[in-house]
Amino acid sequence: MSAATTERTPAVALNPLQRLGLWWDGVVDRYNALPKLSRLLLVILFVLFCYALPLLRPPIITTNAIDFGGVMFSVAAFALVALGLNIVIGYAGLLDLGYVGFYAVGAYTTGVLTTYHWHWPFFLALPLAIAVTMVTGVILGAPTLRVRGDYLAIVTLGFGEIIRICVNNVQWLGASAGIKDIPHPNTIGKKPVPPFDPGGMFAIPHLKWNGWVPSLDKVHETHFLVFGAVDAIPYYWLLLTAMILVLLGDRLVKASRVGRAWEATREDEDAAELMGVPTFKYKLMAFALGAAIGGLSGSFYASSQGGYISPDSFPLLLSMLFVAAVIVGGSGNRWGAMAGGTLVAYLPERFRAFADYRLLVFGLALTVLAVWRPEGLLPPRRTRRAKLVEAQIDELEGEGVVDE
Amino acid sequence: MSETGAQTGGPLTKVLEVDDVTIRFGGLTALDSVSFDIREGEILGLIGPNGAGKTTCFNVMTGVYQATSGQVLFDGKPLTKLARHKITQLGIARTFQNIRLFRSMTVLENVMVGADAHSKVGFWDALLRTPRHRHTESESTTRAKELLKIVGISARHDELAANLSYGDQRRLEIARAMATGPKLLCLDEPAAGFNPAEKLKLMELIRRVRDEGYTVLLIEHDMRLVMGVTDRIVVLEFGRKIAEGTPAEIRDNPAVIAAYLGVDEEDAS
Ligand SMILES: Nc1ncnc2c1ncn2[C@@H]1O[C@H](COP(=O)(O)OP(=O)(O)O)[C@@H](O)[C@H]1O
Ligand SMILES: [Mg+2]
Repeated sequence: MSAATTERTPAVALNPLQRLGLWWDGVVDRYNALPKLSRLLLVILFVLFCYALPLLRPPIITTNAIDFGGVMFSVAAFALVALGLNIVIGYAGLLDLGYVGFYAVGAYTTGVLTTYHWHWPFFLALPLAIAVTMVTGVILGAPTLRVRGDYLAIVTLGFGEIIRICVNNVQWLGASAGIKDIPHPNTIGKKPVPPFDPGGMFAIPHLKWNGWVPSLDKVHETHFLVFGAVDAIPYYWLLLTAMILVLLGDRLVKASRVGRAWEATREDEDAAELMGVPTFKYKLMAFALGAAIGGLSGSFYASSQGGYISPDSFPLLLSMLFVAAVIVGGSGNRWGAMAGGTLVAYLPERFRAFADYRLLVFGLALTVLAVWRPEGLLPPRRTRRAKLVEAQIDELEGEGVVDE
Repeated sequence: MSETGAQTGGPLTKVLEVDDVTIRFGGLTALDSVSFDIREGEILGLIGPNGAGKTTCFNVMTGVYQATSGQVLFDGKPLTKLARHKITQLGIARTFQNIRLFRSMTVLENVMVGADAHSKVGFWDALLRTPRHRHTESESTTRAKELLKIVGISARHDELAANLSYGDQRRLEIARAMATGPKLLCLDEPAAGFNPAEKLKLMELIRRVRDEGYTVLLIEHDMRLVMGVTDRIVVLEFGRKIAEGTPAEIRDNPAVIAAYLGVDEEDAS
């Protein structure tokens, strides 16, 4: 913790994105310096804020053109996916370009189990969907992870497409028409009886804002905890809960010999192997865990508000966006990856008015990022530390005062 | 201190046997019917001009290359076809001539990776924070810190490996290899790029390492240093073993003198 403080005041001129990283370090440092109780309190407040966000509808960030709850749902879905893909790309250094394939496997497993073939309840289908996706990951990874590098990227890229094409051609999976009317998770509380009884245990009003003045919005209420077609917010809560659990697990596993083995493998696979790390086993573990988290998100997606999936829901572009989320956010840092997922999902929805220029802006943003901050917005602190030292050394060398 | 050292020629157990190993890369024979053994508790020097096949010898021993013919026996059992991490777990550890640290991990973490070699902790232990996880973790941390102290870089344990000075990186490589708890520690030119004072300190360290109970195989160019620290020496030239014996025997061996006289400044220095 303390070693970083000396590097906080570099002699090198910084661009805004690098300042962002330093600012974030400052935030983390100040947080870490707090007593344990205050930290716990802050975390609880932050988590509550995240849960309440779609109810609070703060000005500026709320999307008024389209349902904010729905946007928050897809933001959470992207953040969760980025969290999973970060294990694969960020920790273990495996470039997985077909992540959408796992998303699709999770979604379709849920779809099939809960609709016309079987009529399982969602919460029974969910663990099986995760398991099936994980097994898919192992089957795909076992032969390909033995080979190095680029090969994996190509195989996974193919996998993403193959899943989509297969689904498109299998009648049993609904073919191109997809699966409709996927049941929602069970409502907790009273079942809604349309059109007049919204159901649920109690209703939570939203806020509405007149400029910066908030007031209660009694017309729009979220009914706790109704999973229906009207309100996306309960789905968002469900997904957020899953995300927090995954985040906690990620933290625990990363800060252990497993996390070290992943990192060592990413840094130098041969050296890791020669230091006693069974690199193949750990790569496969990262790959399967990533797949499982992808399947988890897919499963939630399938049974969400719309309750409809089709091959078109899983285009290759989605894989690219997932990878972009991790890279943009800062591969290797779970907060960075989640921030990346959030941005990639949120910005296009917020700026729908400019939808025509979406890809252009996206491309420009990526270019700026590549020039100013190739390691992403919030890469792991250690990467930032290393980069900073490098930059300082370059600077010194420029002045010809390095004597080593 | 040195009572624990090997008595040259004594009836000591063989830790490792290189048995008639030949390895070819295309037309090039990098090792040609090389045989020697390493005895418990000794420091064996492996010397020879550049390109003689010393590093290749390490690579065969640690499973990086498969011998074209012949075999390597560790504790009497052949290592052929064993996965590299299994060989490390059996008890052979090495450093690299061209430093290969986990550069964006901290110094302590680098050593911890080595210490993990025998850890039974898996995914579920980590996720559920089982007693086994906590116990192993604190034990390896202690061990890693100890090793950093032994090689003399414990003050920098929180630094990134990439940010260490060249010499400290070499020291870290040694600590990381030792952390795997090897019976046999193979050091590939650990003193390369050091000045004479640093070299002396390093040799001191290697002696200390041996006194800790490790058997050491040392590749080193500097003849004086090798003479000073090793119990026995094996000399390679063009992939062939041309001599083997005590430092005194090697010093007077005409074949060795010839090999080293035919070598340019840099190698001999
Ligand atoms: N993977 C390889 N492919 C081809 N040639 C190799 C390979 N590894 C080593 N060699 C060759 O084997 C010979 C011995 O190399 P090496 O063992 O590195 O020598 P040194 O004694 O200096 O460590 C050299 O001629 C080298 O070029
Ligand atoms: Mg060499």
